[in-house]
Amino acid sequence: MNITSSQYLQDIEGNNSSVLATIDGQVLYVPVDAANTHYAEILRQVAAGTITIAAAD
Amino acid sequence: MTKARTNASASQAVGRNMVINGAMNVSQRATSVTGIGASSGYFTCDRWQINVGATSAGRLTMTQTADGPNGISANCLKLDCTTADASIAAGERLSIGHNIEGQNLQRIGKGVAGAQQITVSFYVKASASFTFGVELYDQDAGRQITKLFDTTTDWVRHEFTLPADLDDGSSPFDDDNAASLGMFFWLHAGSSFTSGTLNTASFADDGTSTRAAGIDSFFSNTANNFFLTGVQLEVGPVATEFEQEDISTTLAKCQRYCYFLASSGAEVIVQYQGSYRCMKVGHPVTMRAAPTFAVGSFSNFSAFGGSNSTTTSLYAYVAKEFDDTNSLTVVNVKFESEL
Repeated sequence: MNITSSQYLQDIEGNNSSVLATIDGQVLYVPVDAANTHYAEILRQVAAGTITIAAAD
Repeated sequence: MTKARTNASASQAVGRNMVINGAMNVSQRATSVTGIGASSGYFTCDRWQINVGATSAGRLTMTQTADGPNGISANCLKLDCTTADASIAAGERLSIGHNIEGQNLQRIGKGVAGAQQITVSFYVKASASFTFGVELYDQDAGRQITKLFDTTTDWVRHEFTLPADLDDGSSPFDDDNAASLGMFFWLHAGSSFTSGTLNTASFADDGTSTRAAGIDSFFSNTANNFFLTGVQLEVGPVATEFEQEDISTTLAKCQRYCYFLASSGAEVIVQYQGSYRCMKVGHPVTMRAAPTFAVGSFSNFSAFGGSNSTTTSLYAYVAKEFDDTNSLTVVNVKFESEL
């Protein structure tokens, strides 16, 4: 997966519940759930130092 | 006289096929996508993934095509080579993949005493005679086995029974919602996958170079086509008749991994709290994991500000007060929890 941007989004209670990411050119809302393959890949690339997840606005 | 009950019909049991959408009848994302080859992904027929490795010049069009073998399926998955690749780098690969959750594989009893043989069967044809490979890959233990098969210009059913894998005696498939077994149809591969001796006799630890030795290249010529349908994976040493399934059952199985909301018409974002509007969605079936979602287009707003996604529902929020002139809507929302 080619991840070109990623930023946490917060739910209305202020929790980082999802990541707004551009993956392979598509804007995706990715839940913070390790069983989700998009989120798992985001975490893998973060661990590899390839990307960082920007903080929520 | 009472006749002892036998288990003779067990192999014809409903639900014996562990493959979802083996008949290629469901294609929610699209029925035809061009220019595939730069990256892996799910493009047309549900549950069937294109896998690529290192960058290849090869490109293809993937379609759900109404050209299946009579009496098996009206549909098939078709690959059409549109850009050839005559210079194959070591890490290149092209395979059609199908990943299966571990909790759907427990019937195999893999890894321990009593493990079952499994039989894979499928229908293929091509634009010419090729040799390709079908691999079963144990994603929990990194073990695999590959069988070569030949194509002709007519539909041919291939059947392979694979020996039980006792592994080291302690490694059943994980009983969870993650991918535990992948089925890969290898159609193109570089030397990283072909330089060894094909591992074809029994499951063994992945040696990489042993996965696809001896296959031809689908990308050898733009005249090349490949067709696949009627894919079945079942327990036991016999390839039974391809299991027919009604479309509603297959669709529901596919929706565990992907579905579309408001593919026609618009989904209205309603007032939720004083300063928020919200799209609440109850998924048609429980999804494999909390799904990713993507929005085809927005009307009167440009993005959601946050969301809570679970296997059964989604709440997506946008911070906006109610007004009586502008409805917020979205169309073509895709939910995915693929393997």
